[in-house]
Amino acid sequence: MAEASTVLRRLSPLATQNTVSIGFLPPMTRITLRGEPDAARRVGEVFRAELSPDPLRANAAGARAALWLGPDEWLLLAPEQAGLAASIEAACDREHGCVIDVSHRQVGIEVRGTAGATVLNAGCPLNLDLKAFPVGMCTRTVLAKADIVLWRREPELFHVECWRSFAPYVLGVLKQASRDCGF
Amino acid sequence: MLLIPCPYCGPRPELEFRHAGEAHVVRDPSLSSDAAWGAFLYARSNTRGVIAERWRHASGCGRFFNCLRDTVSDNILQTYKTGEPRPDLALDAATRRQLGDVAPDQSVAATEAAR
Ligand SMILES: [Zn+2]
Repeated sequence: MAEASTVLRRLSPLATQNTVSIGFLPPMTRITLRGEPDAARRVGEVFRAELSPDPLRANAAGARAALWLGPDEWLLLAPEQAGLAASIEAACDREHGCVIDVSHRQVGIEVRGTAGATVLNAGCPLNLDLKAFPVGMCTRTVLAKADIVLWRREPELFHVECWRSFAPYVLGVLKQASRDCGF
Repeated sequence: MLLIPCPYCGPRPELEFRHAGEAHVVRDPSLSSDAAWGAFLYARSNTRGVIAERWRHASGCGRFFNCLRDTVSDNILQTYKTGEPRPDLALDAATRRQLGDVAPDQSVAATEAAR
């Protein structure tokens, strides 16, 4: 069966050079913004990365990134920096937006390698083909029984965010999927 | 699994959504009798055919939206943002024929006539 041999070629590390590595990312500063487009514009100026008004878009500027999560919701990621949330909140008119520091609520996981999408698809129902889920696309979705934020940073590099208490579960699911794929 | 077109995110797997009851149920602040209040809380159309429902893209953009779904075939005919009017039913019937859905539409017609 042609299909089975294709799957085997995709999955078997012996047959191909497919790789995947999965691991926790170092702590970082995370901020959520719920607000109107003008608040998002103001926050983008202070954060020095534009908050995309376009759905499912992540905008990375250096080590900082602004991820669209909903029509009035963004997740800002940056290297650890005390006081970032306060300076953004000061810039953002409270009447039009709500800024929350959620740095310790979430944990970042990196999935890197040619088999990254295959391993993620063990628990995520989205089409992760590069055409359907291109570089720069981000969304909240599900991984097995946990809610995650998924962001494709490079063709073979995914950033996964999950809530802290789910982190061992999410990492476990990904590692098990990776073992099931033969890595 | 159904593919549900979120008005914000596009077609997404059913797993990411939560059903949230019938749409366009309006709370009338002037309701004074227990019967009217009870009807607002509990009486639903329970339509056999096309029904407007609220759905939430819970594991996605998080937004509530409305959805026309056929309770006979489970076809999702159209989704639209909260606050927008329910799309024209005539159009829905055409869509239903297009989808090859041959279920009789009498109960829908009766429900619409009663409004
Ligand atoms: Zn959505």
